[in-house]
Amino acid sequence: MSSEFTTYIISALAFMGGLGIVLAAVLALANKKLHVQEDPRIDEVEGMLPGTNCGACGSPGCRAFAEACVGGNANPSKCTVSSRDMVAFIAGYLGVEVGEQEKIVARLACAGGNHVARMRANYAGMGSCRAAVAAGGGGKACAWGCLGLGDCEESCGFDAIHMDRHGLPVVDEDKCVACNDCVVACPLDLFSLHPVSHQLWVACKSLAQGDDALADCDVACTGCARCAADAPEGLICMKNNLAVVDYSKNHLASRIATERCPTGAIVWYDKGQAIKGGAARKIIRKEPLPIRPDSR
Amino acid sequence: MSGLAKLLDPAHWFRSTFSHGIHPAENKHFTANKPIRRLPFPPELVLPLSQHAGAPSQLIVHPGQEVVRGEPIAKAGGFVSVPLHAPATGMIKGVELMPTARGPKTPCVILKVYPGDSQEVRFYQERDVDKMTPQEIMQAVQDSGLVGLGGAAFPTHVKLSPPKDHKVHTVLINGCECEPFLTTDHRVMIEMAEYLIRGTQIFMKALGAKKAIIGTEDNKLDAVEALQAKLPADGSITVKAVKTKYPQGAEKMLAKALTGLEIPSGNFPSSVGLAVFNVSSTAEIGELLPLSRGVIERVVTITGPGIEHPGNYMVPIGTPLRFILNQLGFSGQARHLIMGGPMMGGTVSSLDVPVTKGCGGILVLTEEDTKDQISRATYPCISCAKCVEACPMHLNPSQLGKLAYKHRYDEMSGDYHLMDCFECGCCSFVCPSNIPLVQYFRIAKSSLREKAMREKAKAS
Repeated sequence: MSSEFTTYIISALAFMGGLGIVLAAVLALANKKLHVQEDPRIDEVEGMLPGTNCGACGSPGCRAFAEACVGGNANPSKCTVSSRDMVAFIAGYLGVEVGEQEKIVARLACAGGNHVARMRANYAGMGSCRAAVAAGGGGKACAWGCLGLGDCEESCGFDAIHMDRHGLPVVDEDKCVACNDCVVACPLDLFSLHPVSHQLWVACKSLAQGDDALADCDVACTGCARCAADAPEGLICMKNNLAVVDYSKNHLASRIATERCPTGAIVWYDKGQAIKGGAARKIIRKEPLPIRPDSR
Repeated sequence: MSGLAKLLDPAHWFRSTFSHGIHPAENKHFTANKPIRRLPFPPELVLPLSQHAGAPSQLIVHPGQEVVRGEPIAKAGGFVSVPLHAPATGMIKGVELMPTARGPKTPCVILKVYPGDSQEVRFYQERDVDKMTPQEIMQAVQDSGLVGLGGAAFPTHVKLSPPKDHKVHTVLINGCECEPFLTTDHRVMIEMAEYLIRGTQIFMKALGAKKAIIGTEDNKLDAVEALQAKLPADGSITVKAVKTKYPQGAEKMLAKALTGLEIPSGNFPSSVGLAVFNVSSTAEIGELLPLSRGVIERVVTITGPGIEHPGNYMVPIGTPLRFILNQLGFSGQARHLIMGGPMMGGTVSSLDVPVTKGCGGILVLTEEDTKDQISRATYPCISCAKCVEACPMHLNPSQLGKLAYKHRYDEMSGDYHLMDCFECGCCSFVCPSNIPLVQYFRIAKSSLREKAMREKAKAS
């Protein structure tokens, strides 16, 4: 009985072992015959990239960007997450010129924190801007203004957006990589991406005019057109009661345009700080404004 | 009828219904027995140019122009659009950006009402509807500015021109009014039964349908009696009571309960030979079409514990909420205003919002009613499947909610049929963990809509 048993075991082991050897040979052959020639530099470059897959470069992920760089279809400087030194290192590795890529950051077209913008109702639902928009537009009197519930802060994967104590998101320009996530997250389309050289900025989207706009928010653009009147030819024009900066003429822009703004809706960005003009009303209020159902 | 009496009533056992759904507290006793009364005209009417689904109306009057009650002041801005008529005699003050129920400020015509005017409708012309062709009826319905008065505000004439290969055999008139609190349709069925029958006949003629069923829930049996007394002798129109259950008033649920037919996902009712109209819209057509008039007022249930004189009121379109509340009296505790019913209606964040064509109810809740809702905490999903049992569309809200929490919106619409959800709110209502499911779905849908728009813009 025991010899029969041993035969069974040996034959089974021999069969399985033989099968393994044959299949391993097939795999080894396939690995040689069906090998795809891939530039080994792609793996190397991918290893040098940050691996965040943020999409700011325009490629669907870091691997695709590495392929584009190696293929000569993209410049490593397009990666906004890597440091300048890292970009230079990748460019040196690939033997290409380091392209000049200006830093792009997200800018918010609203300055109405809860100390300057009035509320007409108290929103008590889910803590999400998009949910507030679905519930009668939220409680803010200004229908265009930032709701301050932080969808952008939540969407930011680089810890670059934080809500300040007045409920407005503040972008950390050093950390912002222009990945577009906050632009997509904001239900009111208040964020947009701009090169840091676009220093003249209209921080308002309200289409209301004059006193109607001021009734909702102390820092609203009232459409008074003083900035447009003072500005060099064609730099600022008025569209739907709102000042619009033509960035194709950005070389003409200067702080002068902000100086006569009575509300401080048009600002000058310098090192991540929004600077108001001298004529803007000083706002010393620190507390949130009370809810006033009368405001339209 | 109380719950027990209903269970013991043999007639109730045989009434049809749909599967799933919920039974929220009806709260219709505030206004169900109150006849429709008129409200005075406000000094100024606010008329949004876009108070219907589709393209906004285009203004045809200029500021400073005097208009007569019933006169058109804006024309349709395309096929899926309707004109707008002056709800009162007065002067056009201009077009201003005013808040609307949904939130954003949109262009609205401001009409200054003449206080000394008799406000008679002098702008009309009698005509014989029996001699009109279906094509002419459809045009006449568009000219009357009628939209679905049940709440969706979809232009009615579009429903009268179904795709060529769809043959409508039965017209369903929706008088379910499954939303708690609201009694607009209930009063319309009782007080405007003749107009309702006339309107049903006009719709049947326009669509070439041989049969019509007026469906209502069995908490409105007095309306069934009122309608049965007025039915035509040829038996083409019948009245049928179905079980009281939310959301019986949804198009697909009603079709299932009245005819047993199921409208396939993503299809119109005409694909199975049906057309569904709201009773208020039908009664309006019966009243307006023979006189070629336009929609200038509508019945609104103004109710809730926060209001002193709840009731059913005939309100001119464009009356601001503030004026209505001043007329009917706050009880001082009002905290939460809802336009429409409590389940699907929209919260209003401004008192300057006007009554529009799609607004069937104004609900005023007090702090007492809302405080436990606000303070309740949300807990994790325990997979109890109560929402799955409640969902009338047979979706899986539990799974959808978990995906929504992780922002996996594409998976929600691709694998779990998010777009079939019509936001009835049954899932949020039954959830023991108090998860705001329907709010999550609204966020997901709005994100997906924006994404589709971005992709479209990129492609073009």
